[in-house]
Amino acid sequence: MSISSETATRPPGSAPAAQPDVPGGGSPRRRKRARAGGAGRQMHAGWLTYLILGIFTFGSLFPLVWTIFAASSSSTRLAQTPPPFWFNDRLAENLDEAWNTANMGLALLNTVFVAGAITLSTVLFATLAGFAFAKLQFRAKNILLMLVIGTMMVPPQLSVVPLFMAVAELGWTNQLQAVILPMMVSAFGVFFMRQYLVQALPTELIEAARVDGAHSLRVIWHVVFPVARPAMAVLAMLTFVMAWNEFFWPIIVLTQQNPTVQVALTGLGRGYVPDQGVIMAGALLGTLPLLIVFAIFGKQIVGGIMHGAIKG
Amino acid sequence: MPRPQRGGEPPLTAEEKKLRRRSLRYRLDTKFSPYGFVAPFFLFFAAFGLFPLLFTGWASLHRVSLHAPTDMEWVGFYNFTRLMSDEFFWNSLWNTFIIGVISTVPQLLMALGLAHLLNYKLRNSMMFRVAMLAPYATSVAAATLVFAMLYGRDYGMINWGLGLVGIDTIEWEAGSWTSKIAVSTIVIWRWTGYNTLIYLAAMQAVPKDLYESASIDGASRWKQFIHVTIPALRPTILFTVVVSTIGATQLFGEPLLFGGTPSGGAHNQYQTLGLYMYQMGWSNFNLGRASAIAWTMFLLLIIIGLIYWLFARLIGRSTGSKGA
Repeated sequence: MSISSETATRPPGSAPAAQPDVPGGGSPRRRKRARAGGAGRQMHAGWLTYLILGIFTFGSLFPLVWTIFAASSSSTRLAQTPPPFWFNDRLAENLDEAWNTANMGLALLNTVFVAGAITLSTVLFATLAGFAFAKLQFRAKNILLMLVIGTMMVPPQLSVVPLFMAVAELGWTNQLQAVILPMMVSAFGVFFMRQYLVQALPTELIEAARVDGAHSLRVIWHVVFPVARPAMAVLAMLTFVMAWNEFFWPIIVLTQQNPTVQVALTGLGRGYVPDQGVIMAGALLGTLPLLIVFAIFGKQIVGGIMHGAIKG
Repeated sequence: MPRPQRGGEPPLTAEEKKLRRRSLRYRLDTKFSPYGFVAPFFLFFAAFGLFPLLFTGWASLHRVSLHAPTDMEWVGFYNFTRLMSDEFFWNSLWNTFIIGVISTVPQLLMALGLAHLLNYKLRNSMMFRVAMLAPYATSVAAATLVFAMLYGRDYGMINWGLGLVGIDTIEWEAGSWTSKIAVSTIVIWRWTGYNTLIYLAAMQAVPKDLYESASIDGASRWKQFIHVTIPALRPTILFTVVVSTIGATQLFGEPLLFGGTPSGGAHNQYQTLGLYMYQMGWSNFNLGRASAIAWTMFLLLIIIGLIYWLFARLIGRSTGSKGA
């Protein structure tokens, strides 16, 4: 599509004179351009652009900042107008109460464990499958890959009833493995790793290792993992965020006795603790660890999402 | 494999045997290891995705109580016919549709505009991107709890701000439309930045020549956006529409925590299908009917997917492009 419209709209002879390419040999040049044009068109932004972006940035961050204001306020202060626009003095008390009454301490510990386990297995299995789909030949490969993509369309509501029955049967209610097991692989992860390895891993590298007599596991360990490491790191961060925020299934199998962060927050939201300041302190506790990760690795996460988007 | 002439010498034969064994192992390895690598994904999917999907279908044809889930009584399509005459089901379907539209459409339009702005040469462009993605790292639960307070009737920030410009107190949670708008803003807040980045990535992949030739033809920035950027982004836009639709169909956490009950408001004014399914199964203890709701949801998604697919083909044909 791009080729036809380009040739159609360009007036004859308008190609820049400095162009070293022969006319008609446009395809490699175009490709190079598309890549080099990483910044798209380099038009400078006016003040209006900065203003609009500023407003949206404010909108994105304000609810998060306001959470801190509210978490430092007493419930009486929150029942007044105007609402708090600055820090108050009850942050420590509210955090302490959220930590104890809403079980946030245990919730954080559980969530780190659950999200960590899910991340490890997702990244490992996604890299293995992504490598096979990207670089190996086997029968039914394309059909299987379509199947992987198709599984992304199935909503979680379609599995909770049988999984709940199984969990009840096994007596796993309130146990963390009930949350971890169903989420140990991700179709998005497989697809993400495949898209990365297709272009990042030279086939000759695998062949060279093969000639040296390396069997598949050695190839994985010594060739695939080192090449895939940047993508594995991005996938790990995306998976960790996703697992940390997983909501539907945990609130079905876990209770306030052994909660993850989201289950504990649900408990707060459903009125087990009446103090609004404490609720906000809980929301803060449950969000802060991820926001810290985000503040450190934000650039990589942004890059990972954008990278996945082009290829997807 | 060509056999060497001096076949009598023992060390060579041993070497050869080893080689041959190795080559057999090699062939077995290359033939079967790919299946080994994709097996974990498919085994887990079979156990925790496909089997439950089918079993949910089976359960939807039974009367199953949450208290004795293994005691299944065959009722045929009763759960489905019962849904068809269930006003709460139709209400939640309608709510899901409305919230889906008013959360997805503005979200994607804003994301498109923001991506366009971020595509200019900017100072601190990474800072803008990270800041706009921050809501994505915030969980549904935390975001909803905060927004529920911001939308509070008496002391909420939003009503206070509206009061400053002379607008009377709005009962966000109690109203039919206002509650749907409020729930939608939570979705919009969390996902706009994510979609912005996806559009931005696609925009950066558009060849610069297209803009050059368009501006030589005298097209304004706005016209370039409409005639160059949007057509080039069509596959990406379709992708985000599909993903957002799937997300909207299973909307659950926001309406659950906005009011704190699975009824989705005193008059079920923002009860979605996902929420109704949860209420049916885990408040009314009727797992059979809950399964039927889940399967209805699945069928709806398949129908919507087919419509999108037809639509994409129609558009693709009319412009002579093959899409992605």
